[in-house]
Amino acid sequence: MQVDRWWASLILSLALACLSTAALAREAAPASADQALEDRVMRVASELRCLVCQNETIAMSSADLAVDLRNQVRTMLRNGQSEREVFDFMTERYGDFVLYRPPLNNTTVALWFGPFIFLGGGLVGLWWMLRRRSQLPAEEFEADENALGDEESGLPPRR
Amino acid sequence: MKVLGFLVPMVIFGGIMGFMYAGLSLNPGLVPSPLIGKPAPAFELVKLGDPSQTISREDMLGKVWMLNVWASWCAPCREEHPLVVDLAKRNPVAVYGLNYKDQGPAARAWLTNLGDPYRATLVDADGRVGIEFGVYGVPETFVIDREGVIRYKHTGPLTAEVLRTRIEPLLKELQDAG
Repeated sequence: MQVDRWWASLILSLALACLSTAALAREAAPASADQALEDRVMRVASELRCLVCQNETIAMSSADLAVDLRNQVRTMLRNGQSEREVFDFMTERYGDFVLYRPPLNNTTVALWFGPFIFLGGGLVGLWWMLRRRSQLPAEEFEADENALGDEESGLPPRR
Repeated sequence: MKVLGFLVPMVIFGGIMGFMYAGLSLNPGLVPSPLIGKPAPAFELVKLGDPSQTISREDMLGKVWMLNVWASWCAPCREEHPLVVDLAKRNPVAVYGLNYKDQGPAARAWLTNLGDPYRATLVDADGRVGIEFGVYGVPETFVIDREGVIRYKHTGPLTAEVLRTRIEPLLKELQDAG
C-alpha cells in the first residue's frame, strides 16, 4: 500500500513536472523556428531600451511596444539587414536614448567622462590632504582622548 | 586658508544640490524625439470607417496639419479628447487622428460617443506606422508643416497650457508663413 502511494506520487510529480516544462516551453517559444536568427534578435534586442518601461531592454520586457520592436528587429534581420542598420533604424526614430550603450558625442561627453573626472578630483583632493597632514608637526593634532583613558567612565586607555 | 576649506566643499555641495533639485522637475518618461525637424515618415493607411480610401504622406503636403495618436483602450486619450475637439473647432489646422493598435468598431464607437474632431482617422492596426513616427505611448501629438516636416511633438495627453503656449503659436506661425 505504502509502495503504491509512493509510485502514485512519483508519477504525479513527474506528470506535473512535464506539464510545467511544457508550459514554460510554450511561453518561451521563439516566434521563428530559426534558432540562429532568434539568438541574433535577442542579442540586438538586449542592447535596446524599452521606452515604456525604461529600465528594461526590449529583450526582457513584455510590454506591447517591446514585442512590436522585437518583431521589427526580427523582420529586419531576416531580410538580411545588418545589426548596425537595426540600431540606426531605432535611433532615427527614438533617439540615442534607446541604445543601452550611448554613442560618444557632444551631449554624452559628460556621461562618459564625468565619473572619471569626479574620481580623479577625489583622488587629487585626498592626496593633497594626506600630504598636508603628513607635513604637520604632531602638536597640530588633537590628542586622542582615549589614549589618555576616559576618567569619567573609568575605562582603561585603549591601545 | 580656513575660509577656503569651508567654502570649497560648500560650493561643491551647493552645486550638487542644484543639479538634484533641477532633476526633480524633469520627467524621465519624456524622450526627446529625434524626428523634430525631419520629414515625417512615409505612410499609406486606410481611413477609419472607409477602408476603400487611403491617405499617404504625399496627400498631406501643402497643408499644416496635426497628427493625434490615440486608441479607444487609452484612458489618457479620453482625458485630452475634449481639448482636441475644441482646437479643431477654433483653429483652421487640419487635425488627423492615428488610431493606434485598436479595433475598428471600438474606435468608431469611441468617436461617436466623444465627438470626432478629425478630418480623417488613419488606421494603424499593427502599430507599424506608430514605430515609424517613434510613438512609444499614446496619446502623442505631432505638428507637421506644409513641406511635410515634423515641427513639434507632444508625448502624453495634451493640456490646455501646452496648446496655448506651444502648439497654437506654432500653428499660427506655420499658417502665416504660407
